[in-house]
Amino acid sequence: MLQLNFNQLWRYQDEFLHGMSLTLLLTLVATVAGLAIGLAGAAAAGSRFAALRLLVRSYVEVIRNTPALIQLFLIFFVLPYAGLRLPPVYAAATALSIYMGAYATEIIRGGLASIPRSQVEAGQCLGLTRWQVFRHVILPPALRNIYPSITSQIVLLLLGTSLASQVSAPELFHAAAFVESRTFRSFEVYAVVCAIYFTLVLAFRLAFAGIGRIAFRWPTGR
Amino acid sequence: MRGFTISDFLTMLAAVQWTATLVVLALAFGAPLALLLARMCTGRSRIARLVATGILQLVQGVPVLGLLMFFYFGMPVFLGIKVPALVSVGAAFTIFTAAFLGEIWRGGIQAVHVAQGEAAACLGLTRWQTFRHVIAPQAFRIALPATVGFLVQLIKNTSLASVVGFVELARAGQLASAATFQPLLSYACVAAIYFALCFPLTLWSRSLEDKLNGAR
Repeated sequence: MLQLNFNQLWRYQDEFLHGMSLTLLLTLVATVAGLAIGLAGAAAAGSRFAALRLLVRSYVEVIRNTPALIQLFLIFFVLPYAGLRLPPVYAAATALSIYMGAYATEIIRGGLASIPRSQVEAGQCLGLTRWQVFRHVILPPALRNIYPSITSQIVLLLLGTSLASQVSAPELFHAAAFVESRTFRSFEVYAVVCAIYFTLVLAFRLAFAGIGRIAFRWPTGR
Repeated sequence: MRGFTISDFLTMLAAVQWTATLVVLALAFGAPLALLLARMCTGRSRIARLVATGILQLVQGVPVLGLLMFFYFGMPVFLGIKVPALVSVGAAFTIFTAAFLGEIWRGGIQAVHVAQGEAAACLGLTRWQTFRHVIAPQAFRIALPATVGFLVQLIKNTSLASVVGFVELARAGQLASAATFQPLLSYACVAAIYFALCFPLTLWSRSLEDKLNGAR
């Protein structure tokens, strides 16, 4: 039976902290970029042009049905052959954004599609312009529908940033590998890292729940 | 250095069996655990509910990579013996499956109207009979699309087993890429194989969902 020893890890606080900050940064960047892609994708999915719709459809399906790890490898190892050598952090941010974008597209598209057609027509009957219908009739309930899925997707993204360690972007999981190589306390290191991730996830979930409670206070009135 | 040949592709196809093995192992051991967790979450005992909810939250709050490392390095620590990679990786995916399927099935059980259980109780069915003949069949229908959707997540996530050196599809791709210096072809092939495995499941899950919504 091996002995557990966590004492050696205290010296590496800074490594863990730096890793954590990059993990959070990657999450933030991929969330913002992913939401932007998602908005554009959802708009394109409802476009008049069949080619554009097909393009968005294929993007979403390809990304959602292949492992993020392989997407990351494709971006990191293949782009240099096209003359574009991305540093690990940028490659990871790109891959995670594209990954998040596909899920966001699907979530936002679904949220907009969940608004009954009759409500839009009712808005038009009241003489609202197209923008007003979107802003006052479609958007508020759509946001409310989208919010839970998007936030849980962000939490999954936070966990998914650990993949960046596989192209040696120095985020939390990579910091773990570094500390492990110095201390040889493999199990202790990964137990600590798992605990840090869990704490982050818990903080995110609580924050999202709090924001959701404030932002979507109005009654559904059904 | 050698070129990328058909035999590289065949090696990848052969590696699919290890991806499949992981999926089958995870489901075979994870699904019963998931059912247990789902039952505990929806049961009467407060302690069981707390424990099960805690497990679900804990596993869902940790990256799959973290789970893999935890079991890969942890099993020797706890068991005192070295175990083959298949065992530790299998254990990690079992726990992963138990947590995510448990959450899906908990949702399915809770989506069945309370009155159904009450009606069954009025008819004198025991709690097990109520679950077996009244709740479970309806919950199964409700949870089936999400369950199939989870299968896709599981298949994709087994690619992470490559990180601890377990040779499945993703690892076979890495090896082919390293041997041939053809990352584009290698990883594109791997991605295509994953897509061929996952996309039919995605379509099936979606059609199940449409059917379920249509029946309402």
